[in-house]
Amino acid sequence: MTEVASVPDYAPEPRTVALIDLLDRVLAGGVVISGDITLSIEGVDLVHISLRALVTSMLGDPP
Amino acid sequence: MTDDAAVWLYAVTRGPEPGGLAALSGVAGAPVRAVAAAGLVAVVSSISRAEADEQQLRQNLEDLDWLADTARAHDAVVGAVTRSATTVPVRIATIYHDDDRIREMLTEHQAAFSATVDLLTGRTEWGVKAFAASNGSDTSSGEAVSGESAGRAYLLRRRAQLRAREAAEHLAAGHADRVHAELGTLAVAARRHPPQHSRLTGTRASMVLNAAYLVDDTSTDRFAEAVKELDEQRALLDLHLTGPWPPYSFSRIAEVSA
Repeated sequence: MTEVASVPDYAPEPRTVALIDLLDRVLAGGVVISGDITLSIEGVDLVHISLRALVTSMLGDPP
Repeated sequence: MTDDAAVWLYAVTRGPEPGGLAALSGVAGAPVRAVAAAGLVAVVSSISRAEADEQQLRQNLEDLDWLADTARAHDAVVGAVTRSATTVPVRIATIYHDDDRIREMLTEHQAAFSATVDLLTGRTEWGVKAFAASNGSDTSSGEAVSGESAGRAYLLRRRAQLRAREAAEHLAAGHADRVHAELGTLAVAARRHPPQHSRLTGTRASMVLNAAYLVDDTSTDRFAEAVKELDEQRALLDLHLTGPWPPYSFSRIAEVSA
């Protein structure tokens, strides 16, 4: 096709992006550079785990 | 005042400074600005020292409301910058003492950032999630059987259901592997994230694929069509296309940096 590729339209409404898909990316993706103050990768993994625990407890125990 | 503030880093682009930064607000509503060095531009905002404290940060990240707001604020800035320039997103909660330290960081990683910008130019990240399709399996209570045999029948039926479900998921996982391989041929790069837990997705179907693909912008339509076709072909899977995303899953500078 000779059509010009359409420029992807980055979702202008942040609310439409599922939080969990976003967390997959902002917590586990993106460039990892050591800032002056930053969480280690191990720290981020911990966050993910405790996040799961948190959400699980919010939603209640499995039946 | 930069004296009592630290600096939150969102993303790095190659110069010139992307337009429209002044209209953005970042984490905690702070104004967004650019810091330039070595031909690169860092998109940043100020954050109070109190919030930038590592201990405090760790605590905040455990607070789902704070995390949700911060993730969305971070992503809103990254997304806006991505619209006007090829952007290398930075992981959430990467913080520097001041603008000088940002300039030092840009200079130090100049070659690696440049190489990553080259890789990402003209390409977009798309997400594909696959769930094991529910086949509307037997949830009826069956014929009424009385007494002891009713309980036994229930257990047997329940066990058979579980076994059938496990088999279906195993099969679905195999299909997911093939879908991933096929979509990979249409992408420049592909990466699998861990499947999301069903408690988080809010659906009972189990996720068998949670993948990201870096796709040439000239192949966007072809890629989306392939996802649709695979979804129709593979009765065992429900496929969901998400995106476009800023290239979070394909922004790595570690390999390139010395």
